[in-house]
Amino acid sequence: MSPQIPALILAVVGRDLRLAVRHGADTLGAVLFFVLAGALFPLALGPSPDLLRRMAPGIVWVCALLAALLPLDRLFGSELEDGSLDQLMLTGLPPALVALAKMAAHWLTTGLPLLFAAGPLAIMLGLPVPVLPVLLAGLLLGTLVLSLIGGMAASVVLGARRGGVLLPLLVLPLATPALIFGAAALDAAQTGLPWQPDLELLGAFLAAALPLCPLAAGAGLRAAVE
Amino acid sequence: MNATHSLVARTGAVFHRYANPGRFLRLGARLQPWLTWPALALSIAGIVWGLFFSPADWQQGDSVRIMYVHVPAAWLASSGYAGLAVCSLLSLVWRHPLADLAAVEIGPVGAAITAVCLATGSLWGKPMWGTWWVWDARLTSVLVLFFLYLGHIALIRAFDEPQRGYRAAAILGLAGAVDLPIIKFSVQWWNTLHQPDSITLTGAPTMSTAMLWPLLVCTLGFTLGFAAIVVARLRAAVMESRIRAALSARRGRGRAAPDSAHDSDVPGGAVA
Repeated sequence: MSPQIPALILAVVGRDLRLAVRHGADTLGAVLFFVLAGALFPLALGPSPDLLRRMAPGIVWVCALLAALLPLDRLFGSELEDGSLDQLMLTGLPPALVALAKMAAHWLTTGLPLLFAAGPLAIMLGLPVPVLPVLLAGLLLGTLVLSLIGGMAASVVLGARRGGVLLPLLVLPLATPALIFGAAALDAAQTGLPWQPDLELLGAFLAAALPLCPLAAGAGLRAAVE
Repeated sequence: MNATHSLVARTGAVFHRYANPGRFLRLGARLQPWLTWPALALSIAGIVWGLFFSPADWQQGDSVRIMYVHVPAAWLASSGYAGLAVCSLLSLVWRHPLADLAAVEIGPVGAAITAVCLATGSLWGKPMWGTWWVWDARLTSVLVLFFLYLGHIALIRAFDEPQRGYRAAAILGLAGAVDLPIIKFSVQWWNTLHQPDSITLTGAPTMSTAMLWPLLVCTLGFTLGFAAIVVARLRAAVMESRIRAALSARRGRGRAAPDSAHDSDVPGGAVA
């Protein structure tokens, strides 16, 4: 059993990646939303460079948070509808690892593209280029946290009447620490203060979420198929 | 492993004594007056004492009296969520039916008291800090607690099959418990507008006893009141589910009646 587990996880991740590539428009939707939502802020706030530079960390982080929410209700939803979730649970993989594999796939198809789009968006908002590595390091940790928390919430709302409406209500309060530390690191870097402590706190948050969220999501999946 | 298992089983047996709805209803009916009347008496006494007979603060003046509502509400907002988390654990580990119902009923009461805490804090902040709201760590973490309550309320009622809602909301309830230590330590980790704790378990309180006593009376009264409301709601929920079961049994009998009209020896009560 045990030597099969890594192979099974890779198979689940690979299956999700193939699905994402074949439905390319769905995958790109979240990234397009991220760029579009970010572009709305200069239109609404006015194009003043000082204001935008001041607000860029918050805008990028909030838009990334909202964009990562979009694909969540399909994360397990389509599998539940066509019955493949039952088959996934029968592969011999513990439910927590099924959830972890799906979370990894969510990060690869949503978090990673967001990282690529975040740089250009931040520069368009006037964020100084030397600060970009801090933004990307923070977003790397932050999108991982979002995939973990989002996957947990997505497993919990499986089968609910209005799961898609519930998801933001569940994910956003739990994700606030990531937003606070991530944007604070960027703010500190912009004003020349040490930004490492905030990223370290974000890393600690990720370290806590990494084992706990898949376990909770596994319990949610088991409840959904029983 | 074996020892853990038997420990779990034994603890479960203790909890399951009160999983029997009939036993809970009898206990609840006996408990209810002992919660309701002391809660009313202590809350009224504490508030009257705090509002009219306790000294005004030398710095804050009369606005310090908001404390007698704000601090008990804040204590109950956190401990109510702790109770919700305990119910979630009982629900996930032991599938305790009464813990599921308790989680359903604690949610709205906890959300209401959290709203009271936020509203009174805001009213207190305006004269003292000059603003209704600051994005200070303590205030933000309590706001997050409020949203966690709302999410729990929405989730536990979002399923057509109640059992699914109990499981899902229990997972969320446990995940949300990480906010409780953040609230507790927010005034120590981040040095912001909200003052640090005046009352601790280990050290001497940093407030005058003339203010401490009415505050303690209010806190006890509010806590009993919280328990009284939850127990009353829980009893109502148990009775409601019994009525629903009885009604559906009668409907089932009514539907079965035309078929079983000629063979009258079939007991109609057995129809589920």
